[in-house]
Amino acid sequence: MTIDAAPTVRVNDFAVKLANVNGTGSASANSLLMQAIFRMGIPVSGKNLFPSNIQGLPTWYEIRVNKDGHTARALEYDLMVAMNAQTYAEDIAAVRSGGYLLFDSSWPLDDDLVRDDVTFLGVPLARMCLENFKKPRERILMKNIAYAGAIVALLGIDVELVRSLLAETFARNEALRESNQRALQLGYDFAVATFDCPLPFRVEAMDATKDSILIDGNTATALGALYAGATVAGWYPITPATAVMDNFTRLCATYRREVIPGEHDGDAPTVRNNYIILQAEDEIAAIGMVLGAGWSGARSFTSTSGPGISLMNELLGLAYYTEIPAVIVDVQRTGPSTGMPTRTQQADILLCAYASHGDTKHILTFPANPAECFEFAVTSFDLAERFQTPVFMLLDLDIGMNDWVVPKFTWDDSFVPDRGRILTDEDLAGMKEFYRYANADAEHVAARTVPGSDSKGAYFIRGSGHDMFGRYTENPDEYQEVVDRLKLKHASAASHVPAPVVISRPGAHVGIITLGSCDLAVREAIDELAERGLAADFMRVRGFPFVSDVRAFVEGHEHCFVVEQNRDGQLRSLISIETGVPIESMHSILAYGGFPLSAAQVVDGVLGHGNIEQLED
Amino acid sequence: MPSITKPLIPLAPLAKNDLGLTIRDYEGAMSTLCAGCGHDSITAAITHTFWELSTPPHMIAKLSGIGCSSKTPTYFVRGAHGFNSAHGRMATIATGAAAANRELTYIGVSGDGDSLSIGIGHLAHAIRRNVKMVYVIENNGVYGLTKGQLSASADIGTRPKKGDANVVAPIDPIMLGLAMGATFLARSFSGDKEQLIPILKAAVAHNGLALIDVISPCVTFNDHEGSTKSYRFMREHEVKEVLTDFVPEREEINVAIGGPETRSVTMHDGSVITFRSVPEGYDPTNRISVEEYIRDHQRLGEVVTGLLYLDESAPSMHEINHTPVEGLNKLPFEALCPGSAVLEDLMADFR
Repeated sequence: MTIDAAPTVRVNDFAVKLANVNGTGSASANSLLMQAIFRMGIPVSGKNLFPSNIQGLPTWYEIRVNKDGHTARALEYDLMVAMNAQTYAEDIAAVRSGGYLLFDSSWPLDDDLVRDDVTFLGVPLARMCLENFKKPRERILMKNIAYAGAIVALLGIDVELVRSLLAETFARNEALRESNQRALQLGYDFAVATFDCPLPFRVEAMDATKDSILIDGNTATALGALYAGATVAGWYPITPATAVMDNFTRLCATYRREVIPGEHDGDAPTVRNNYIILQAEDEIAAIGMVLGAGWSGARSFTSTSGPGISLMNELLGLAYYTEIPAVIVDVQRTGPSTGMPTRTQQADILLCAYASHGDTKHILTFPANPAECFEFAVTSFDLAERFQTPVFMLLDLDIGMNDWVVPKFTWDDSFVPDRGRILTDEDLAGMKEFYRYANADAEHVAARTVPGSDSKGAYFIRGSGHDMFGRYTENPDEYQEVVDRLKLKHASAASHVPAPVVISRPGAHVGIITLGSCDLAVREAIDELAERGLAADFMRVRGFPFVSDVRAFVEGHEHCFVVEQNRDGQLRSLISIETGVPIESMHSILAYGGFPLSAAQVVDGVLGHGNIEQLED
Repeated sequence: MPSITKPLIPLAPLAKNDLGLTIRDYEGAMSTLCAGCGHDSITAAITHTFWELSTPPHMIAKLSGIGCSSKTPTYFVRGAHGFNSAHGRMATIATGAAAANRELTYIGVSGDGDSLSIGIGHLAHAIRRNVKMVYVIENNGVYGLTKGQLSASADIGTRPKKGDANVVAPIDPIMLGLAMGATFLARSFSGDKEQLIPILKAAVAHNGLALIDVISPCVTFNDHEGSTKSYRFMREHEVKEVLTDFVPEREEINVAIGGPETRSVTMHDGSVITFRSVPEGYDPTNRISVEEYIRDHQRLGEVVTGLLYLDESAPSMHEINHTPVEGLNKLPFEALCPGSAVLEDLMADFR
C-alpha cells in the first residue's frame, strides 16, 4: 500500500501512543506533552497503562486530542512512539494504517517489523544523548525529553510553551533545567531538519481549556476531604489508592498545620496539626480507626481498593448496624484476588452495595471524573453523617491515577456541612430520657450522642442484637424493628445522593445507562450512533440507592443497555434487584480487560445487539 | 429481655468521692458471667479505681471486643460511653476514638482470645503507636463463650476439659509488649484487688498505652488440675515481688520514696508511682533486666506479678502527631476548611 501523497490535514483530532520501559523516566516526558497540549487550550486526555512493577516491564501512555472533547481512550493510533524493543512487534501492529511510528534509530530496525502502510520516523535518540550528555543516568533519562522534543515538532506543539513548562518544573534545579532544555532542543532540531513537520495530524491552539485544570481523581478526592473538614484518616498502602492519602497528607501539612509562636521542639518550631493520619497495620485497622473517630464525632475516612474492602467487610457491617458515619474511598482495580493492581475496573459495585454479612445495604457515590471526586467527597461526608452510616465513594484507577481536563474547582464559602442529628448536653438536659435508636425522624434517622456527652447521653454501642433503645435483645420483634428501620433509612438516602445525569434525544427508543469513568466513552458513542442514524438516550447514575427515575428510564426504553467495566454486569444486577425491573429488560455492554473504555466498544455493543439494526433510519 | 440492672437504693450511707459520687454511681448492669468468674473481680477493681480517682463517668470511654471478658464493660460505670465492637478489633476502634478526642479516659477490656489470637496484630500496633489508653487483658487461657477451647496463652501441658493437653508455646502478652516497645506493662491476678487497683490507677495516669495482663481463672472451663490459669495454681505460683503504690497528683506525697528497695517515677500528670520490694537487680525502667527477670521466674514455673515495666518518657500517639489538646472533634468547620480564596490559588498548581 502506498501512502497518500497529499493526506488531508486533521487538526486537534488524533491519538498518540508511547511505548516505554517502566522505571526509565518516561512518565514525566509523556505528561509534559499532554500538559503542553492542555495549555494550548485543546481538550486532551492522557492514559497511563502501566505494569505492577517498579522497573523493566513494558508501559504505555496514550494521548488523545479531540477538539469536541471526546477524550475517552482511542483504540487506533496515528502516531506510535516505540521506545521499548521488547514490545516493538505489538506496538508496530497497533498503528493505524497510514499512521506514523517514531523509533530510536541508534540501532537498525529489524526488516521483519517494517510495515509499508506506516511511515517510520527514525530519531537516533540514544546516540544523541551519548554524544551530548556525560553522566550515565542523564544519557538514559534525557532520551525521553529528546523524543518529546521530536514530537513537539511533529505535532506542531508550541515549543516556547514546552520550554517554559520545563523551566517551571525545574525552577529550583538549574543543572536539570539546563539538561532538559538541551535534550528538548536536540530532539526538536533533529525532527525539524529531518522530517516534514508538522505531520498531517497536528495541534492548533484553541480556547477550550482556559477555565479548566489538569488533575487526577486521587488528588481531587484528597482536596475534597480537606474541604469537607475531615480530621481523622486511617489507611493502608494499596495501588491505586495510595495517592489519595499521599495528597491528603501533603495538603494537611500545608493547610492544617499551625506554628505555635515562640515555642520550640528542639530546634524546630512547635506545630499543632488539626488532623491525624494513621497508617494502619492493615485495612481492618484502618476502618476500625475510622469508626472510632466517627463514633467520636470527627469526620473520618479511609482510602483503599478492592482487596481492602474485602478485609473491611466485618467492621463495615458493625458500622451499618450500630449506625456510625464513615467515608470509604474505593479506587477500584481489576479483581478478583490480587488481580491486576495497575489496571482499571468497576467490579466492586455489588461488594460495596452489600458489604458485610447479614442484611446490609450501603450508600454509594459514583464520580465520573476528578471534578466529581472533589464534589462527591464533600457530599459523601455529609451523607455519612446525615444517615449515620458508611458511605462508599467508588472511583476507579482510570479516574484516580490519570490526569483529566476538568473545570476548575470552586468553593462556596457559605457552605455548612450536614453533621446530622447530634445531641448536645443542652439538648440532653431538656430530654426526659435518651435512647440511641428511638425517636427516629422522617428519614428514619435517630439522634446520636458522642463520647464525652453528659452521662444522660451515655449508651453502649453493640454489634450484637439490640432493640430501639440500644439494649441487648434476642427478641424477634425487637430485633426486626431495628433492621427494618435501617432498610427504610437507606431508602431515604435516594433523594440525597447525587442525581443521575440524563441526556435525551428526541425519538430515542434506545437508552444507555452507565456510571463512573465510562461517561466520556458512552457519550462519544451516543454521538457516533446519532451520526449513524440511531438516537439513544443517556443516563449516568451517580449514587445508590437509586431514585425512581432509574426504573422509569429502563421501562421507558424499548432497548436499554447498561455499560460498565466488569464481567458480570454488576450495575445491571443492582438496578434489577433494587428497582424490581426484570434483568432481561437490560442488555449488558461490558469491558473488563483492565484498560479504560472506548467509544468503539459501546458502539459495537449496541449495533451488535439483535433487533437494533431495524431502529436505524 | 432488657439487660439486668442493679437496684440503686443503698442499704447504708455510702462514702462519696470528690465529685460527690458513691461507688454505686460507678457500677454497671448485673454481671451475667458464671458465679465465681475472675472477670467479675476485675470489674469490681475497675469500678473502685474510677470511683477512687473521681473520674467523671461521662469522661470515660469503655471499649471491648468479643468474648466473656468483652461483656464486662456493661458491668462497670454505667454513665460512661461504651463500645462493644468486633472480635479482636477493639484496639483499632479505641485508636480512632482516642485520635479524635484526647480528653477522655479510654479503657479497653479484652481477653486472651481477643487480644492474643484474632487481635494480636492490632494489639501489637496499638502498643507501637502508644495510644493513651488502659488495655486490660482478662487472661484465662480458654475460650469461654464457645465452651472451653484452649487459647494462645495456654501453657504447654495445660489440659482442656475435653481433648489433649496443649503442646504449642504460649504467647505471653508481657513479653509481646516488651518486644513491641510498650511503655507500661503490668501483670496481676483477679483474686488480688489490693494489687490490681494501684496498678489500674497508675495505668490511668500513664501517658501512653498501659497494658495489664490479669490472670483471671475461668471457673467453668479452666479451673481444674493441670491448668496454669486456675485459682489454685496462681495462689501457689504467684511471685508478688514488684509491688506498687500510686499517689495521685493532687495528694501530698507521704510514702517513703528512695531507700534501697524503692524507686519512684513521676507520671506525666504529676502523680507518682512508687515501686517497693523491688528485688535486687530488677529495674522496672530497664527493658532488658525486666525481660531476664520474668524469664528466670518462668523457668521456675512462677508467675511474676506487679507493675513490671514503665517508661514515662516516650511520646504518646498525640504527641507524635502534634494534635490539639482540645480534641480534633471539637474543631469548628471554619478552622478546617481553607475556603474559596485558597482553592482559587491552588487551582494554579493544576494548570
